[in-house]
Amino acid sequence: MKFLMLVSLDPSRDRSDEDLTGTLEVEDWVTKYDDAGVRLLGSQVRMAEDATSVTRREGKLLVTDGPYAETREWIVGFDVLECADLDEAIKVAAEHPMAVGGRLELRPFVD
Amino acid sequence: MGDDVRETLAAAMAAERLRIVASLIRTTRDWDLAEDAVADAAERALLTWPRDGVPRNPAAWLTTTAQRRALDVIRRASTERVKLEALGAQQELDEQGGDQPVDHGVLTDDRLRLVFTCCHPALAMEARVALTLKVVAGLSTGEVARMFLVPEPTMGQRLLRAKKRIANAAIPYKVPEAADLPERVDGVLAVVYLVFTQGYAGGAVPELAEEAIRLGRLLRDLMPEEDEVTGLLALMLAHHARRDARLVDGELVTLEHQDRTRWDRAAVDEALSLSMPPGRVPGPYRLQAELALTHLRATDAADTDWRRIVRLYDRLLHVQPSPVVSLNRAIAVGMAESPAVGLLALADLAHHPALQGLHLLPAARADLLARAGRDAEAAAELDRALTLAPTEQERRQLARRRAELAGP
Repeated sequence: MKFLMLVSLDPSRDRSDEDLTGTLEVEDWVTKYDDAGVRLLGSQVRMAEDATSVTRREGKLLVTDGPYAETREWIVGFDVLECADLDEAIKVAAEHPMAVGGRLELRPFVD
Repeated sequence: MGDDVRETLAAAMAAERLRIVASLIRTTRDWDLAEDAVADAAERALLTWPRDGVPRNPAAWLTTTAQRRALDVIRRASTERVKLEALGAQQELDEQGGDQPVDHGVLTDDRLRLVFTCCHPALAMEARVALTLKVVAGLSTGEVARMFLVPEPTMGQRLLRAKKRIANAAIPYKVPEAADLPERVDGVLAVVYLVFTQGYAGGAVPELAEEAIRLGRLLRDLMPEEDEVTGLLALMLAHHARRDARLVDGELVTLEHQDRTRWDRAAVDEALSLSMPPGRVPGPYRLQAELALTHLRATDAADTDWRRIVRLYDRLLHVQPSPVVSLNRAIAVGMAESPAVGLLALADLAHHPALQGLHLLPAARADLLARAGRDAEAAAELDRALTLAPTEQERRQLARRRAELAGP
């Protein structure tokens, strides 16, 4: 099954005492899971200030700059993973360096 | 209706319900259906067994009846997709041989799958506890609700959300891989120990402690090689054995002053039988169990092997450092060596931030000071402890100790 993995910065975290044990350099992580056929797609994305929100309310199109909600965590990238189940997806996510510096969120695709 | 039929059914359900539910969840992927099918099979037994006689193999009868019931429900459901799932489930059930006697070897795994799924770290702790009591222990939603003092509909919602989340978050129905096993076993034990401690917390619900012990026995049957599982069971039994001596007429009695003839002998013997096989490295539950077992072996406080207790606390501090363990170690040092040495050990903890504002430190100092014959100082420490005691029960217990001193 497919999982969307959202990669976020956690600005509240003190990044001075990061222990990266168990994680890979991000390039190595990408290569490892691309080669394994687990990572189907993924990219860094621009920060929230360059986001554009699109809504339609009572027939009127509304386009605004910025993210759709004030969020404390900032989405900076995403990956689409093909995994057997949540346990496997957790294993893959746990090796991503942003698991230490930020936060990873796994969302299964609705099939 | 014959009571013997009811008894036979109750015994067969106690022995087989979990196996049947766990294997039906695997084959149908539908938790509610699995639980309903087993309840339905039990109802049918109550109707047919008195009329037709108790089947030769009640367990196999219940298994087959529940499986057929589950398949009927799936077949009657209208959508094509569900019918396809029924076909798959039918195939799996056929391969298992629905009419054959229950094969315990294969199905043991299903029960473990169910336990690990109910205690999955991607579920909130509250959901893990509720699911474990409802689906693994087999309590009704109403019973679980009463134990946690919430309205039944609230508990029903909590269980419903938890089951939905298992499906929607893609939580697998499997036993974790060997590499993840120790951590996941710890997660399961944390759920069981939480249930147990709830049995002794403020609103003490003794049924919770008993359910936790039943779960502990089940886990030990399922994972006899995991010593932390055995350790937790021994720890719970050792505490539970002392329940009637610990609380007399609503008053807390310290271990030292407990009437040891009031300890539950059967629980003591069961706890003592669960010793660690040689050559294992003890984990935190095992070490806590060994501490409790050392007390159980002693005829009174003076007869206790305090040196062994100090050694066990040292090892526990190594694997699971905590200021409260350090404090208990200091008290044990006071018993093993002399009150003065114990007070020195306590002095090292005087400024520990985690112990500030708690009654534990002055109460421990008072204990050792009284043993050293320094009653006036002990009384002063007890006065401090009294202002900090978290519950009325503990306050009264400290007040009794204060009254026993000859101090001012």
